[in-house]
Amino acid sequence: MIEKSTASVIIIGGGIMACATAYNLAKRGVNDIIVLEKKEIGNGGSCRNAGGVRQSARDVRELPLAMYAVKNIWPYLGEELEADVEYRQDGNLRLGKTEEHLDILEKHTAKSTSAGLDVKMITGDEAREICPYMSKEVIGASWCPTDGHANPLHTTLAFYRKALSMGVTFISGVTVYGIKKVKGRARIVETDDGDYEGEKILLCAGYESRKIADTVGIDIPVEKELSEVMVTEMEPQMFSVMLGTAESDFYGHQTKHGSFVLGGMSGGELYRTKSERFATYPLTASCLCRGVIKYFPVLKDAKIVRTWAGWYDVTVDKVPVIDNIPEVPGLTIAFGFCGHGFGISPAVGIAVSELMLDGNSHTIDISNLNYDRFKAKA
Amino acid sequence: MSKIIRKAPTEPFKPQPDDDLIICRCEEITKGEIRRAVHDGLRTVNEIKRWTRAGMGLCQGQTCQRNVQNIIARELGISVADVGMITGRAPVRPVVMEVYANDVVDKEEQR
Ligand SMILES: Cc1cc2nc3c(=O)[nH]c(=O)nc-3n(C[C@H](O)[C@H](O)[C@H](O)COP(=O)(O)OP(=O)(O)OC[C@H]3O[C@@H](n4cnc5c(N)ncnc54)[C@H](O)[C@@H]3O)c2cc1C
Repeated sequence: MIEKSTASVIIIGGGIMACATAYNLAKRGVNDIIVLEKKEIGNGGSCRNAGGVRQSARDVRELPLAMYAVKNIWPYLGEELEADVEYRQDGNLRLGKTEEHLDILEKHTAKSTSAGLDVKMITGDEAREICPYMSKEVIGASWCPTDGHANPLHTTLAFYRKALSMGVTFISGVTVYGIKKVKGRARIVETDDGDYEGEKILLCAGYESRKIADTVGIDIPVEKELSEVMVTEMEPQMFSVMLGTAESDFYGHQTKHGSFVLGGMSGGELYRTKSERFATYPLTASCLCRGVIKYFPVLKDAKIVRTWAGWYDVTVDKVPVIDNIPEVPGLTIAFGFCGHGFGISPAVGIAVSELMLDGNSHTIDISNLNYDRFKAKA
Repeated sequence: MSKIIRKAPTEPFKPQPDDDLIICRCEEITKGEIRRAVHDGLRTVNEIKRWTRAGMGLCQGQTCQRNVQNIIARELGISVADVGMITGRAPVRPVVMEVYANDVVDKEEQR
């Protein structure tokens, strides 16, 4: 069977950024799109994350994406995609147990406030009023009432399902090797399934985008870092806030289903063996359990049913690159989400679709996420 | 994973008489819910799990995985080998957090 391998737009990678962009392009009438995914839809970070939809403690350069998404998209996203994305906007508490913790939290809070975000410092007792199950050791927290969480599996696959129904073609089981220019423009996408051809190409394959971008001479400083999540069995509904800690011992929330989804790291992830698989590290789940119990002693009897790992695609300055590449006309890139791309993904879909169709992102300011910002020391 | 071309469904979803049969007992997911998800474009066991929760419960799909595979394969008219398997996840049995947390090696015991 000869299948069509040319389209107006080829998207490399089948994560939430691909699905959200494909959806936004289709909404604007461009549905001659082929999305190429090497494994399954959402198999990367998009179906491995812990669902935080957070503006607080974000770098101010990506705050416009987060604030836009929370204000204008998340509350209506389920309706728009005809799926239950389980969005809850019940706030985010970032907890501190020591003076040093409070210091970290205060710095973040000051920065976010100056960028226009409603976030403030509260006392331990005030935090316990919001979330009563917390240990007495918590002495303070930052509180952002407009933060929240959603179900990343449903959100990713809902964007996919909607884009599919609007005419977008998705092909999984195809690995992209590189991009080739024709007459100075990005045009050919080379894969283990032969060449695909597109007038415009979007590269959003997470960490693995780096080596693909390199085939057209673009190097973005991004590394992969393993991060893990564990989930408990169903528990009675206890609280609906999103939680984090100053030290990032863990973060997480209770889902609509009742299970707690809790994520974090055990330290030294950047220096561990770089497996090509998403294998969990034997010490991490134990370490996370210790972290959680310190803050929430009531959870000590909850049972962990499942753990998994995913990669953060971490850039050297900790914010993503979302830009058109003038040296390679026709190529747009969006990766390096540094472990918190889920919350902003619906807004990234809009920004990237505008970059591709209008040449610039006019609804949301992404001017600080430019690809050519990485400079040597002055 | 072999290559799969995914396009919008061309026909409406057709209910079947035994659609309310429970397939995933832990999460109480029915055959109809799984068939509907396949119809809407979810094509592998992992995708079905992530969308419907079939295989996400206490037994981690040890009971229902075969049935889920068979339903997907039959709906799509493809081989069971082409719908994949649930990715195995630690721990094999649910573990109480307090026990899991206690992995510090006892120096005395080691001698
Ligand atoms: C453990 C963990 C917890 C997280 N928690 C949060 C959170 O609470 N809140 C939040 O906002 N964010 C969180 N994140 C980050 C968030 O998940 C990511 O930023 C987001 O999912 C990135 O989406 P993406 O589409 O760019 O990448 P991905 O979902 O990684 O998608 C990239 C896709 O490209 C495919 N691909 C790779 N190479 C190729 C190739 N050569 N050819 C074809 N396809 C290829 C991959 O298989 C993958 O499906 C977390 C991430 C992890 C790993």
